[in-house]
Amino acid sequence: MQRFEPTIVAFCCHYCAYTAADMAGSMRLAYPPNVKILRVPCSGKVDAIHIMKALEKGADGVLVAGCLEGDCHFKNGNVKALQRVTYLQRFLEEIGIEPERVQMVTMSAGMGSRFAKIAAEFTDTMRELGPSPVKAGDRMEPCAKAS
Amino acid sequence: MITAERKPMDEIMESIDGCGRILLVGCNECVTVCAAGGRKEVALLASALQMASMKKGRALDVREMTLERQCDPEYVEELAPHIGQVDAVLSMACGCGVQEIARRFKTTRVFPALNTTFMGASEGPGIWAERCQGCGDCLLGLTGGICPIARCAKRLMNGPCGGSGNGKCEISDDVDCAWHLIWERMKELGIEDRYEDVISAKDWRTGRGGGPRRIVREDLK
Amino acid sequence: MKTESVLEKVFATGELAVTGECGPPRGALPDVVKNKAAMLKGYVDAVNVTDNQTAMVRMSSFAASVFLRQMDLHPVFQMVTRDRNRLAMQSDILGAYSHGINTMLCLSGDHTQFGDHAMAANVHDLDSVQLIQTVRGMRDEGRFQGGAEIKNPPKMFIGAAANPFADPFELRVARLAKKVKAGVDFIQTQCIYNIDKFETWMEGVCKRGLHEEVYIMAGITPMKSAGMARYMKKKVPGMDVPDELVKRMEGVPKEKQAQEGIDICVESIERLREVEGVSGFHIMAIEWEEKVPEIVQRAGLYPRPQV
Repeated sequence: MQRFEPTIVAFCCHYCAYTAADMAGSMRLAYPPNVKILRVPCSGKVDAIHIMKALEKGADGVLVAGCLEGDCHFKNGNVKALQRVTYLQRFLEEIGIEPERVQMVTMSAGMGSRFAKIAAEFTDTMRELGPSPVKAGDRMEPCAKAS
Repeated sequence: MITAERKPMDEIMESIDGCGRILLVGCNECVTVCAAGGRKEVALLASALQMASMKKGRALDVREMTLERQCDPEYVEELAPHIGQVDAVLSMACGCGVQEIARRFKTTRVFPALNTTFMGASEGPGIWAERCQGCGDCLLGLTGGICPIARCAKRLMNGPCGGSGNGKCEISDDVDCAWHLIWERMKELGIEDRYEDVISAKDWRTGRGGGPRRIVREDLK
Repeated sequence: MKTESVLEKVFATGELAVTGECGPPRGALPDVVKNKAAMLKGYVDAVNVTDNQTAMVRMSSFAASVFLRQMDLHPVFQMVTRDRNRLAMQSDILGAYSHGINTMLCLSGDHTQFGDHAMAANVHDLDSVQLIQTVRGMRDEGRFQGGAEIKNPPKMFIGAAANPFADPFELRVARLAKKVKAGVDFIQTQCIYNIDKFETWMEGVCKRGLHEEVYIMAGITPMKSAGMARYMKKKVPGMDVPDELVKRMEGVPKEKQAQEGIDICVESIERLREVEGVSGFHIMAIEWEEKVPEIVQRAGLYPRPQV
């Protein structure tokens, strides 16, 4: 049986998670190739619509990775990101999409192994959860025509 | 400003059930400021509706538009070229906007995506509170700039009632007692004696009691 | 005399007046009203008939008041502004007066949230002060609130409530003054447990001479148990129950707590009757009307004057 391989988008803050991911590479720590990294200047830069679009366009899971609490380069972008992720989780629940498909995580730039661990764990979780229900759209039928 | 909140997704989705193409229309005024129906919220709702639809294996075409003011006919007119191409309009404006679209486009269904809540002010990021009920006969001058009609749970004009405690309303510790605020403010202004002026029974005709209200300005016609 | 009210006449004799309370039942049960009223007969000058108290639907104050009149008792017809607009209230006043009801109490009423119809619209077309003004206008000027003339205007003796314990305390004398200005004739206060605080309020009242413009009746409610004392302290808005009173109730065995409650009540009356400006007592024995005769007798308020 073919194993389901989820597509994961990770919005990584330039000042921590992005560097941590880089470090994981240079430390030769393997993490799943499912995780596609997008560099952002701050996790606070990630808007709800970015996450929604990622899911809409086919991501099975989205990670928002920012700095440890109190360490944000822009004071409190990471706190705002967490609030946004929490808001979005409730929103997704309302349309019947598992809220755990969106997660906020924090780390410092030096935590290469933490990044690798989170990436692996999140990939496993998404694998268990199965394909995003939005992907049913691939077999979509047109509904009522415009009058 | 007029504040509003998004309706539950179930209700929104039920209202447009069976539609294949919808026009989702936001407004750049009040609902943008209270983060309920501006361009951003339109994009989010469009995405959510599309995902919810895909989940059911159905296609839904959501066209996004955000008007300068949905309560003004000249801006609502901008929808005209698109209206024939959709099954329904989903409005993210306050009730005024929804009605303006319904008035202009007689044969197109329009549904509200928001619940219009109150006229209020921002008390901080993400917090809005009711301030005015539009009674049409402002008595803020008598009450130290704090409205007992909008902010007292019993609408008492000669309050406070006997139920307030520690400056809070008897209905909830989260609600300030309007009359406590009025009293504190009167003290600060040194006009406590004015408190004892009895405010007589109100003429509600200027409010909703007089039926739907209109303003006609001959000089501006 | 402004009215035919027995309560007004008792006040005029200079003796301490006594009122009781009859909460109408939550059902079409006339006998409940009559039984409660019968227990009070002869021991009080007038009986308050509550109007959808605690925002729960009950037999109307008007209808229950009529039963009391038929028993030759004198109802204090309570009216809250929460449930009816000024048309309904004024028409009820005409009706009540036509049935020989000549004493009323003007209130804004508990918020609907506290009752069993939290979803109901609360009217508040008028507030309690404006209702006082309205009833006085009907009596003294013979005009409805809207200005039209009344044929045979109702001569109501007008009461209102005062809560000396609510916040902000310093505003409470001014609040009474406002009701006096609006035309109130007598006041029944919130249940008094914190007598020290009540005395402080009364000092303020007397200092302004308000006690000479309005009859003030001290509100008294006997506590049945330590549980009730704790409930009143914590849950009832605007109630001030000192800790020592709760402790005193808790300090006696359960079966004796009711008697202790009555004792406290009698002691309170004995102390309060000495306070300058107190013109009577309003005894609210909630669902405990049978104890009113004992309280009235032990407090030396019996027999009631014949006026």
